[in-house]
Amino acid sequence: MEKRREDSGPFKWLLIGISVLFLVIMLVVPLITVITEALRKGWEFYKEAILDEYTVKAFWLTVEATVLALLCNSVFGLFAAWALTRYHFKGKKVLTTLIDIPVTVSPIIAGLIYILTFGKQSPLYPLLKAWDIKIVFAVPGIVLATIFVTFPFVSRELIPVLEAQGTDEEEAAALMGANGLTIFRKVTFPHIKWAFLYGVVLCTARAMGEFGAVSVLSGHLRGKTNTLPLHIEILFNEFQYVPAFAVSSILVLMAVIILILRSIVEYLGKKEI
Amino acid sequence: MKKAKKRVIPGFGISMGVTVAILSVVVLIPLASLAVFTAELGWKDFIETVTRARVLSSFYVSFITALVASAINAVMGLILAWVLVRYEFPGKRIMDGMIELPFALPTAVAGIALTSLTADSGFIGAFFARFGIKIAYTRIGITVALVFIGIPFVVRAVQPVLEKLDGAYEEAAMVLGASPATIFRRVIFPELFPALLTGTGLAFGRCIGEYGSVVFIAGNKPYYTEIAPLMIMSELQEYDYASASAIALVMLAASFLILFLINFVQARNNRLLKGGNA
Amino acid sequence: MKKNRVVTLGLAAVLALGTVNGAATVLADDTVEITNVSYDPTRELYEQYNKIFQEHWKEETGQDVEITQSHGGSGKQALEVANGLEADVVTLALEYDVKAVQDAGLIEDGWVDEFPLDSSPYTSTIVFLVRKGNPKNIQDWGDLVKEDVGIITPNPKTSGGARWNYLAAWAYADKEFDGDEEKIKDYIQKLYENVLVLDSGARGATTSFVENGQGDVLLAWENEAFLSIRDYPDDYEIITPSISILAQPSVAVVDEVVDDRGTREVATEYLNYLYSDEAQRIEGDNFYRPSNEEILKEYADVFDLELELVTIDDFGGWDEAQEVHFADGGVFDQIYEK
Repeated sequence: MEKRREDSGPFKWLLIGISVLFLVIMLVVPLITVITEALRKGWEFYKEAILDEYTVKAFWLTVEATVLALLCNSVFGLFAAWALTRYHFKGKKVLTTLIDIPVTVSPIIAGLIYILTFGKQSPLYPLLKAWDIKIVFAVPGIVLATIFVTFPFVSRELIPVLEAQGTDEEEAAALMGANGLTIFRKVTFPHIKWAFLYGVVLCTARAMGEFGAVSVLSGHLRGKTNTLPLHIEILFNEFQYVPAFAVSSILVLMAVIILILRSIVEYLGKKEI
Repeated sequence: MKKAKKRVIPGFGISMGVTVAILSVVVLIPLASLAVFTAELGWKDFIETVTRARVLSSFYVSFITALVASAINAVMGLILAWVLVRYEFPGKRIMDGMIELPFALPTAVAGIALTSLTADSGFIGAFFARFGIKIAYTRIGITVALVFIGIPFVVRAVQPVLEKLDGAYEEAAMVLGASPATIFRRVIFPELFPALLTGTGLAFGRCIGEYGSVVFIAGNKPYYTEIAPLMIMSELQEYDYASASAIALVMLAASFLILFLINFVQARNNRLLKGGNA
Repeated sequence: MKKNRVVTLGLAAVLALGTVNGAATVLADDTVEITNVSYDPTRELYEQYNKIFQEHWKEETGQDVEITQSHGGSGKQALEVANGLEADVVTLALEYDVKAVQDAGLIEDGWVDEFPLDSSPYTSTIVFLVRKGNPKNIQDWGDLVKEDVGIITPNPKTSGGARWNYLAAWAYADKEFDGDEEKIKDYIQKLYENVLVLDSGARGATTSFVENGQGDVLLAWENEAFLSIRDYPDDYEIITPSISILAQPSVAVVDEVVDDRGTREVATEYLNYLYSDEAQRIEGDNFYRPSNEEILKEYADVFDLELELVTIDDFGGWDEAQEVHFADGGVFDQIYEK
């Protein structure tokens, strides 16, 4: 990165001060609450809670759903951002808006629409039943819900950057005879890789923690369709306040690990330049 | 389809194809079933369902709290992004890494943790209670939960653009003697505006539909802290799919409208910035 | 083009998961698998019960039985079963919720009489949980409408359990005011004006009361109140009012699913065995009132057996109670619109 002239003095520290205060109150304190609640009954109790057979199963299901959602949304995000910023066509604004819709749809509605589409009342249901494909109240439903709630995260990060970038370089490359894939790899991707990384991290974090939509679609079959957030809900509803927070702390830890990984990748990447 | 313009860059077909295909399976077809189920109601019942006083006031509560929370997030998000991109200070990396944490925490856990903090017996609530301000179980509490939910959207929308921003214009303005405030207003802000708008818009949309964290902190008193998603839940509890879909559809239309407006403003803004030479 | 393959792979993976999941229910001959969809506070009960049932079934038939549990809000669970969640048996909080599954065509008529005592192997009731020493001196329903009393109860529109709370209050007022509807509604309205937090579910209400210190009295299921006392013996006490309602959780075999999976026999026995002496004692130990009078008497030191209990039939059954009180525009909506 080029060296920027930094303004120093009171203004800088004022802004930093505001930021730190805000983050401490809004993020750090609630997270500390989660951790202290989790450890309220001591380490032994904590270990027992997180090594519980059903907690471990829920953990792997969460990982599975997150990875699949990430895969789908990354592919979608790259194609969609490319299509929306590199070409002119009618209905572009509508398409952009449609892609954003999942974020603004209440998670409850998100779950509801899949139930209506693939559930017992749907015209598709006999067909699915005949082929023995289970979507709602099974793992595919959970994956779908996770994809839905994180749907625009990757594309949303890419679009502003691609737009700011303009199309000159790609056009030049195209005129020189490069094919689409080469242009993407050699010209576009280097510009968007940090935005892409942000998107992936955002997507992963949100996918892990998704609760509302998955809750509507899972059926809560213990050991089968419970993700970590659902497992937390169940523990909570069963008067197991402390174990619920213990399991929540796993999610916090997972998020922290991912964020550290991102920082490392980012650090190494920026050093290269 | 006729080709409106010659497209220089290859790959239009495949990228549009993939985009539309995935979009249809994941979003469009399921959303269409919502409309189908609402259609069972008929126009008159639909209007009646969504204009009941309780439903209207729940729309109002959701809207106003989301609006305030988004405004706070816009300002704080901009400051955070600015601080993260422009300044060097100890602990910056940690701060940067924390931004996504609200996403990873299940909303219900966030709600429970925030409630126990801001109830008048809690750590933060006790402080404000001394000034006679109640946070948990009021609209302020809802707003707090929504700020928590929405903040990553704004920061992560503004940050990449700010990073890409060319310092040359700023320096030019500086050399020409413009004050920092003027530089920010005239040079930097217009560049950031579309991203800020998008981030805030997404945060707003997310906030308006938020359920998991809000139900715990809201207190759910009719006409005061009852949010629209809760109304959907109560219709579902009565096995009334049609009414639930009707309320959902109204919320959906509202968020679609907001997003569309944002995208419209943004597109116009882009044209202005590039002198009509997009 | 590589990207294309990734998409296909991804979609294939999603579909494959579906099929694998579907196939997973096929097990060896000597093992049978059933799913019990229940509501929130029954987890410990069924954890213990499933163990004795597994032994019982092994003795009877030599088969191993694997039981998958699902817990959640009662109404939501019913809705999910109606929408295709494959439950062999449902054990829900109210008859009304089981009826919703029946209305979806999954359970045949007459399920209420399939098992003894209206298919309610255990019952519960609504009591008050107050802070230790009962500082506001709350003894009966009449004390709840005093001006300085803060009440915590969930929203009857979103919580099945909260409907029992509401109806119990109504039963008191009905007796107190001799059926004068104006006065009853007035009482109910005053009661809900004193409600500080109207949580969406029973557990949320307990959290508001116990963890966040809101209010003076929690209207709670008897079994949940006992659990709070067990966890915090020094902080709370239970007050039994003069009159309450007999909350009858209902159980039923889901006919369509058991016929499809061939599990009718084991599912039926699973519910039947809930009435055995051994199971009844497990229910009592988990603070549910056993339906077997003899065994209930063994728990006379735990439960107040003198409590006068009305039943849902006094309200004309669930359909009528739902229509009059909780449907859109019903009495509950009216008291908030006045």
